[in-house]
Amino acid sequence: MANFLTTPHPKERRIIFENISKPGYAPDIATYLAHGGYESLRQALAMKPSEIIDAVKAANLRGRGGAGFPCGTKWSFIKYDDGKPHYIVVNGDESEPGTFKDRYILHQDPHQLIEGLAISAFATNTHLAYIYIRCEFPHAARIVWNAIKEARASGFLGKNILGSGFDLDIFVHQGAGAYICGEETSLLESLEGKRPYPRIKPPYFPAVLGLYMKPTIVNNVETLCHVKHIIRLGAAEYARMGTPGDGGTRTMCVSGDVVRPGTYELPCGSVTLRELIFDVCGGLKPGRSLKAVIPGGSSAKIMRADESYKLKVKGDDGKMTEKEIPMLDVVMDASSLQSVGTMIGSAGVMVLDDSRDMLWALNNLNQFYAHESCGQCTPCREGSLWMSKMTTRMLAGGTLPADPGNLKNVADNIAGRTVCAFGEACSWPTQSFLEKFPEEFKRADI
Amino acid sequence: MIEMTTRQAEHLPPGFEAEADELVSHYPVSKRSASLPLLHLWQNHFGFVDDSGVEWIAAKLDLTPVNILELVTFYPWFRREAAGRTIIRVCRTLACAMAGSYAVKEKFCEAVGLNPHAEHHGFGCAPPTTADGKFSVEFVECLASCGSAPVALINDDLVENINTSDIPSLVEKLK
Repeated sequence: MANFLTTPHPKERRIIFENISKPGYAPDIATYLAHGGYESLRQALAMKPSEIIDAVKAANLRGRGGAGFPCGTKWSFIKYDDGKPHYIVVNGDESEPGTFKDRYILHQDPHQLIEGLAISAFATNTHLAYIYIRCEFPHAARIVWNAIKEARASGFLGKNILGSGFDLDIFVHQGAGAYICGEETSLLESLEGKRPYPRIKPPYFPAVLGLYMKPTIVNNVETLCHVKHIIRLGAAEYARMGTPGDGGTRTMCVSGDVVRPGTYELPCGSVTLRELIFDVCGGLKPGRSLKAVIPGGSSAKIMRADESYKLKVKGDDGKMTEKEIPMLDVVMDASSLQSVGTMIGSAGVMVLDDSRDMLWALNNLNQFYAHESCGQCTPCREGSLWMSKMTTRMLAGGTLPADPGNLKNVADNIAGRTVCAFGEACSWPTQSFLEKFPEEFKRADI
Repeated sequence: MIEMTTRQAEHLPPGFEAEADELVSHYPVSKRSASLPLLHLWQNHFGFVDDSGVEWIAAKLDLTPVNILELVTFYPWFRREAAGRTIIRVCRTLACAMAGSYAVKEKFCEAVGLNPHAEHHGFGCAPPTTADGKFSVEFVECLASCGSAPVALINDDLVENINTSDIPSLVEKLK
């Protein structure tokens, strides 16, 4: 399988990906049990549900889907004994450009997800869960569905799991090729069989009014897998691998102009961009220099290679001082990237070298967003299309002097004016490309 | 292949309805949730979804046909007309485009005998398809395999790290 080094890079620590691409490792339950599978579920069923939630909180696990919300906090919005049915919906709609990690879990280690999901369901008093898988992963849907049947036959799912009295049913639900369904409320509408227009928040926070208007947790595939390892390792040891605000390991997907693109699992906050690109990924192609990095999936604001950031850091004397940090020295964790005006998102890192035309790259993303806007909110439906049409025309040699300003104006009038975060996602590329690479957009042809 | 003039619902194979009922049973709270699974079941069998399919699924789930039609016209995956037996979906988005996906799509079109510059907008229309009904080629958005770009989904199988010079022999094997 492409995308994985057979021997992990020395900086890697494979927890989630421990068995991915390992020779002889099959997605069946016998293999999983031979590798200690379902032991953490057994352990969790002997705990109090509230202890599990406390462990997930203490582990500092942040969601791995893109928004990065603290997982334990999300779960604690669900009241264990409110008398309502609860649901967990697993977001396996992996479609943020630059992101390719969940596909390996779904195809190669489905029982890891099922175990993490069962533990999470036990902690939140949930008895029905759905795994939403994009239909472009048809083999994954079959593999996960088969794993669910195996787990049920072995007593890890269904009624009275391992004699605990806890019941859980899981079903696979396939998407139909729409990026918007990765947005959690859109995903819920899709799962309810409706046109997947995102719901407005408030009042439709999934934890309050989720699937079928009942309290619902929507978690990314990788996030739920981490839960298993929090139970296995203990919250303290798990948290210690990462930083105070971002515990454990994170799977990073690196694509674009590097020698070894691929998926790497690294302790949170353990590498800078320089180490990730030049050490872990083997550097740039021969003779090339770095131009830009999109650090967290295509929606994340782009970073320019020759810029530096003035950040307040705590000095040795405990006082806060301002320090200049070159772009390559920014640490790849949630808070560091936030402090320089972008985000870790889904940790889909796209690397662009000096051979790349920024107008061309932006136009590619604008076409993506214009195609994927669901059309519910006018600013996004019209704005994403206008941005795409403008950059397409500019690329064809028809740039007008007013174009950069008009592009920015359109983008500025989408973000914050839509039901869901797609509005931000589609404006951030245009806003940040224009801000960081103004010289590439000022080439009036007419 | 069934002609457009006949209604697909008149050609349901044995076991189809039982399979549909089994899918509906996955949604004990609301059978409307089975809309997408039934559309997949239908399109996988017939190759596309005609009016009779929309009506049959709606009736099965106690919905009106527009509840199903609005899904067919929203999701890029569903079609109202036949596509080729082999559908080649080339990823168009940034990492793949940087690795040459536009040339890859063009080469696939040439190899199967399609105009590489034909416009295709989805919305229920089939992608450009060869006259013999063997192949369709289209661009799709990110297939989530950016580290092995450029990639294409050929029916159910992902092909990674595609080299344009390998495309003619790849297509030959699919014929």
